[in-house]
Amino acid sequence: MEYEKIKVTEPIVTINDLNLYYGKTKALKGINLDISKKKITAFIGPSGCGKSTLIRCLNRMNDIIDNVTIEGSIKIDGQDIYAHTVDITELRKKVGMVFQKPNPFPKTIYENVVYGPRVQGINKKNTLDDICENALKKAALWDEVKDRLRVNALDLSGGQQQRICIARAIATEPEIILLDEPCSALDPIATAKIEDMLVELKKDYTVIIVTHNMQQAGRISDHTGFFMMGKLIEYDITTEIFTNPREKQTEDYITGRFG
Amino acid sequence: MKKFIRTGNPYIWLTAGTLTICLLMICGLVVLIMVNGFGIFWPRKVVRVTLYDGTVALGEIAKRESIPHQKGSFRTKLKIGNRDVNGLDFTWIDDADIVSWEYPADTLVFERREWGNMYGFLKGLRQDGAVKPQRLEVMMPLLEKSQTLFKQIRHVEKKEIGNINYQMEKCRLESKHLERLQPSEKIQNKLATVKTRMNNLERKYREKEDTLTALYTTAREKEVVVLLADGREKIMPVFQIIRVYAPNKMGFFAKMSFYIAKFWEFIWGEPREANTEGGVFPAIFGTVMLVLIMSIAVVPLGVLTAVYLKEYARDSFIARLVRISVSNLAGVPSIVFGVFGLGFFIYFIGGGIDNLFFPDALPTPTFGTGGILWASLTLALMTVPVVVVATEEGLSAVPISLREGSYALGATKIETLWRVVLPQATPGILTGTILAMARAAGEVAPLMITGVVKLAPSLPMDGHFPFIHLERKFMHLGFHIYDVGFQSPNVEAAIPMVYATTLALLFTVLVLNLTAIVVRNKLKKWYSTGSM
Repeated sequence: MEYEKIKVTEPIVTINDLNLYYGKTKALKGINLDISKKKITAFIGPSGCGKSTLIRCLNRMNDIIDNVTIEGSIKIDGQDIYAHTVDITELRKKVGMVFQKPNPFPKTIYENVVYGPRVQGINKKNTLDDICENALKKAALWDEVKDRLRVNALDLSGGQQQRICIARAIATEPEIILLDEPCSALDPIATAKIEDMLVELKKDYTVIIVTHNMQQAGRISDHTGFFMMGKLIEYDITTEIFTNPREKQTEDYITGRFG
Repeated sequence: MKKFIRTGNPYIWLTAGTLTICLLMICGLVVLIMVNGFGIFWPRKVVRVTLYDGTVALGEIAKRESIPHQKGSFRTKLKIGNRDVNGLDFTWIDDADIVSWEYPADTLVFERREWGNMYGFLKGLRQDGAVKPQRLEVMMPLLEKSQTLFKQIRHVEKKEIGNINYQMEKCRLESKHLERLQPSEKIQNKLATVKTRMNNLERKYREKEDTLTALYTTAREKEVVVLLADGREKIMPVFQIIRVYAPNKMGFFAKMSFYIAKFWEFIWGEPREANTEGGVFPAIFGTVMLVLIMSIAVVPLGVLTAVYLKEYARDSFIARLVRISVSNLAGVPSIVFGVFGLGFFIYFIGGGIDNLFFPDALPTPTFGTGGILWASLTLALMTVPVVVVATEEGLSAVPISLREGSYALGATKIETLWRVVLPQATPGILTGTILAMARAAGEVAPLMITGVVKLAPSLPMDGHFPFIHLERKFMHLGFHIYDVGFQSPNVEAAIPMVYATTLALLFTVLVLNLTAIVVRNKLKKWYSTGSM
């Protein structure tokens, strides 16, 4: 099953012939994909199709897991991120990530947001205060928490916690933000807030989001990739995918015939 | 019946019953120790017993029991004291031999610096050979005077002469050091100054000795005459007496204040009479200091080991072997650690330190002999498995999502450990430390060969530079119990002291643990909110 590579203006991520194995199991099969700058790209597909694995490749999160082998190349800004010369921590600063379940540190809101800058060695209080305020504003959380920055982040609601995690990622000034099903643990209102925020974020960042929720992909994303069994089945402009899918499998999935 | 078993109730009864038995045993133990430990300071009435054969005994009732094989007959164990007169502190009296029991109001108990209590009646004071009948009230100011005198003597003996001794030892070591160097004029000059200093000190020492002799002479001037139960008279210096009281006359409040005074003395006083009387302060101090040094040593050791095993080591056969070995270390008898401490810490490391840094004092060892540092390190080694296991559990409990969150923000492994994982694991680490402390505080066997002593001349912490003397021998409550209860010349008279010391040990451990728990909770709060 071949798909046509869509014309991506200004690609920031280029993936070529990517294969990934967990031990002997092949989890990603020959992925070729370009992701455009300052757009929202959504990955959809049934559980276990490899979409989370793929975005975890983009900031080398899979390195933590034993027994993972990767073939092919991933380039970000023209730089192969799996080259030996690449500093992983630098890469992860450039490619922020937000996880499925909100995972704020058991620290104050403030400390959560400035964690990245602190790790980078920024200790000046004024600088950190500014970073914190900006990040929280971009994450549309500032008005809700500005008076209680010293409260433990775990005391916030699930949606707020997830936005803390997004603010935390923004605070390191990344170019790309990866979101791994960020709304799957949230209620519709919290989800809507995050969606609005993501659309807002698109102005400054490249956003890549994995989602189970097809309406969500349809609402916010510019491009959508459909994955199945470790393969990229179809990748196109979102409206095209949802209104005029080329592949039968895509159509079946989108219309809810399976998955 | 079958139906009853089916309901599952028997299992509830079984498990709950076992729990109850355990609780009862523990409560029984604690209550026994509390009752006996707290009870010993309460003044007891003194009874005068007259027997058919004409003997009269005066003392406290220590115990009453029925005589086996003779129904309805009892015998009493009387603490008659007066060890210098009677030779024994206790005597057994059968009820059948008794003509009369009385509680004479003017019976006095004399608590003495030596020979234990004396029970008797005050006859008078002896001055210049003549005995003048006196009442107790007249004696009281004399007693107070002799107390101040005693404090003076102790000050001269311990502080002033102790200081001189300390400086003399320093001079001796310095001159020894200088003698070993290449002789030159400069060194000769230095030697001469050291010698003059030494002579000065010796003169001072002799002066102090003279003061001491004078003080002792004044102390012996006033003597008190005591009429004993059997009509004999006993003369002793007032200075011998620590405390006089008439238990049969005391009201509740008098007894209460007596109790508090005795209790205070027990906690803050120094031991007397081969540890069977007086206080246990040096032992409490030694125990606390031992446990604190042990904790300081064991926490980094255990935490770093656990971090390596959990965070860095791959799950290989060797890692598993190490883990099992560490866990099994907890089961090694503590005396084995003691022997190891003696061989490794004291002889090897201590001996090495002596050769390197204190060669002038040799052959007298400085660190090459038992001391509080070596005992602490031995205990640290013994309790390290507890901390390792607890830390590993604490580390395992930190969710992977938190670690990923930190990695995703560009933190390295060590930064993640330091900023996210370890703070989260701190309560677990501290729980391990608390367990280790509890175990170390109660351990005696390894201490006996690594530096605990029956009576330490000075605390391991004092005013002499460098203030903390890690090489010094120390006293310990657990060893104190063993020593007082089983090694003292007068074991029977020491039983109350054993209970009281046990109680002191329990309380010390309790206080140490509570402190650690408070610290743990504070830290928990601090990590979660960023403020105490």
